[in-house]
Amino acid sequence: MRENLHRFFRAARGAGVRLSPAESIDAMRAVSKVGFTDRTILRDTFLLTLAKTQDEKKALGDCFDLFFDQPEPQSPPEEGKANEPDAQGSNATSDSPGDATGGDEQAEGLGSLAQMLLAQDRNQISAAIANAASAASLSDIRYFTQRGIFSGRILDQMGIQRLRDDLDNLAATNPALAERLTNALDGLRGTVRDTVSQALMLYGREEAENLRNEILRNAPLSRIEPRQVEQMRHLIRQIARRLRERYSKPRKRQRRGHLDVRRTIRRNAAWGGVPFLTAWKRRHRDKPKIVALCDVSGSVARVSDFFLLLIHSLHEVVDDVRSFAFSGHLIEVSDILESKSPEEAMADIMSNVGFGSSDYGNSFANFEDEWMSAITPQTTVIVLGDARSNNLDPRADILRRIAERSKRLVWLNPEGRMAWGWGDSEMPRYATFCTVVRQCATAKQLERAVSDIVASYQ
Amino acid sequence: MAENRPLASIEAVESGLAAQGYIASRQIATAVYLAQQIEKPILVEGPAGVGKTELAKAIAAWRGMKMIRLQCYEGLDEAKALYEWKYAKQLLYTQILKDKLGEVLGGAPTLEAALNQLHDFGDVFFSKEFVEPRPLLQALEQPAGCVLLIDEIDKSDAEFESLLLEILSDFQVTIPELGTVVAVAPPTVILTSNSERDLGDALKRRCLHLHIGFPEQKLEERIVESRVPGISQTLRRQMVSFIHEVRTLDLKKLPSVSETIDWARVLVLLQAPELGHEMVKDTLNVLLKYEADIEATMPQVSTFIAKASRQNVFG
Repeated sequence: MRENLHRFFRAARGAGVRLSPAESIDAMRAVSKVGFTDRTILRDTFLLTLAKTQDEKKALGDCFDLFFDQPEPQSPPEEGKANEPDAQGSNATSDSPGDATGGDEQAEGLGSLAQMLLAQDRNQISAAIANAASAASLSDIRYFTQRGIFSGRILDQMGIQRLRDDLDNLAATNPALAERLTNALDGLRGTVRDTVSQALMLYGREEAENLRNEILRNAPLSRIEPRQVEQMRHLIRQIARRLRERYSKPRKRQRRGHLDVRRTIRRNAAWGGVPFLTAWKRRHRDKPKIVALCDVSGSVARVSDFFLLLIHSLHEVVDDVRSFAFSGHLIEVSDILESKSPEEAMADIMSNVGFGSSDYGNSFANFEDEWMSAITPQTTVIVLGDARSNNLDPRADILRRIAERSKRLVWLNPEGRMAWGWGDSEMPRYATFCTVVRQCATAKQLERAVSDIVASYQ
Repeated sequence: MAENRPLASIEAVESGLAAQGYIASRQIATAVYLAQQIEKPILVEGPAGVGKTELAKAIAAWRGMKMIRLQCYEGLDEAKALYEWKYAKQLLYTQILKDKLGEVLGGAPTLEAALNQLHDFGDVFFSKEFVEPRPLLQALEQPAGCVLLIDEIDKSDAEFESLLLEILSDFQVTIPELGTVVAVAPPTVILTSNSERDLGDALKRRCLHLHIGFPEQKLEERIVESRVPGISQTLRRQMVSFIHEVRTLDLKKLPSVSETIDWARVLVLLQAPELGHEMVKDTLNVLLKYEADIEATMPQVSTFIAKASRQNVFG
């Protein structure tokens, strides 16, 4: 059963529940107290000890149902358990199954697998599959490409080689029996394939997802295919969540610093300098202030979708963020981002200012006219855009004034560095005023850039 | 035999809590049982008013233990939660003992000798005498064990969590000047959270994680039954079913169990035989706490009442 538990933990990890060894030890201790008899209590026990959030509870519950419903990797029925493993083990290595089992069938000269199939004893067959599966360490399966390999290994373990020989022999001597056996073998292949698929579902999900995410993280945002957009959103949200977990906590660091000796003495003058009341130095910290200007014009439409999503999550991490979106002209979108869900907010913003042809000069002028006062010497200004101004006046002078007023000016550009300055790209002129200029074409770069910005406030 | 005993015990938890008027779902009972068996705190999450704090009270009442409650808030620190030195007392004693200093140092011929003699008394002021125990330390010092309720942990700062880690995993706390204080009897610890902020992984890992949501209809009826004895079965069923309908609406604050109980009390007080349209309209403010929510529910009242009474017939 212990083996089974370990397999379940592995499956749970595959389902996205983060399990540390400490947690699995807790779970095992807990299980030893409640026993295995009551399925619902066992399920509750796992949910209590392993899952730490509602989402995890749901995933784990599903995983539990899937795991304990499948008959295969469970320990086989009692009668099979005693002798089956040894029999299988020796059979597999010697590749001559059949010697271990009864004498009268041996007279027919068939291997044990053939006899098992002909006998059509479902329990025995599924027990044999389970044993072969564990001998082939089926729970190591990670990728869908491994399905064939594992199916093959399981069938080998069960003695398919011998079965083929038997079939060859029978084809000449007893065609009817051979046909029955062939059909049974097809059935067996199907069952094994199902077993492997189910195992892949249980154990392989995490790896497959990691691989896909890794590819996606490094893919250029502007080239994401429509079918990948949903996955990409999911990924960006994961990034945002990670940022939030990492950075949202220490913002309320202790406000009490060292002892303020001067104020303490002054306050306690009445008691002859005996410090009954203590005064503490207060630590001043910069209030995080971010002003984000996001280009949502046609040329960066694909990317700006993700930019907005990330800014949306920035609103959750940092207190004082003001966001603006522009293509031809610029509007403030802080309220929209704060009050609406990401999807609604993005649709709303895009319908207001999105998809136009970009006019950086005009947009900067809009910003200077109305919101320049939002920038203080503590503000970090982030501009997300490709700096392609359609040959209109770039108004780099406004950007210079923004840079002068702010603490930092960060420009994140989705285009490759090679393209900067070519065509209508004004990037080199803008770059002179920026504290940091970064290429931000993939999810990975985006994450790193935003992470750096937020980290500087900690 | 060994397989059966634990099952019986989970039921014992259920009936024990029920005797205190707390109707626990299977999952809650399992959590309480496991918390005893493997000595782990329970972290209870869920919406406000589903009985998270009540659970701690019920356990304390059932097992006849003292309940020590630590209400968390932003800015809660070590000095308020764990222990503090009685500075004033220390100072007062210093003043008093000033006169004794001559005697202590009495015959010391050199400064070094005097210092050595002082060293022998050095730790006097940092002893148990001068420690003011706060809830967490108190909980460890209870000789008969206790139920320690750390309420609304999500309201505290993240640093406070790390302060709790030692207590939660080993039931001990280290006071730098005194050494480690180990619990006399491990307390039953219940932490509650409304998920206002995400708790740290380290904290979660030390706890059993229990989520209490809104109860199922049958369970909620039993809760009302135990809490509001005078209520008729018809009314009980109708009102609980009505509340379940209300919970399907998109409201600012969904009515929770505590509101169900309040409403049941009000209806009993008004001697309502069953759910009536006017009656519901007049008492809706017991159930819903926002004007906007009441307005959103108003038009649905008739439908919900009809549904509730229909269910009463068939259910």
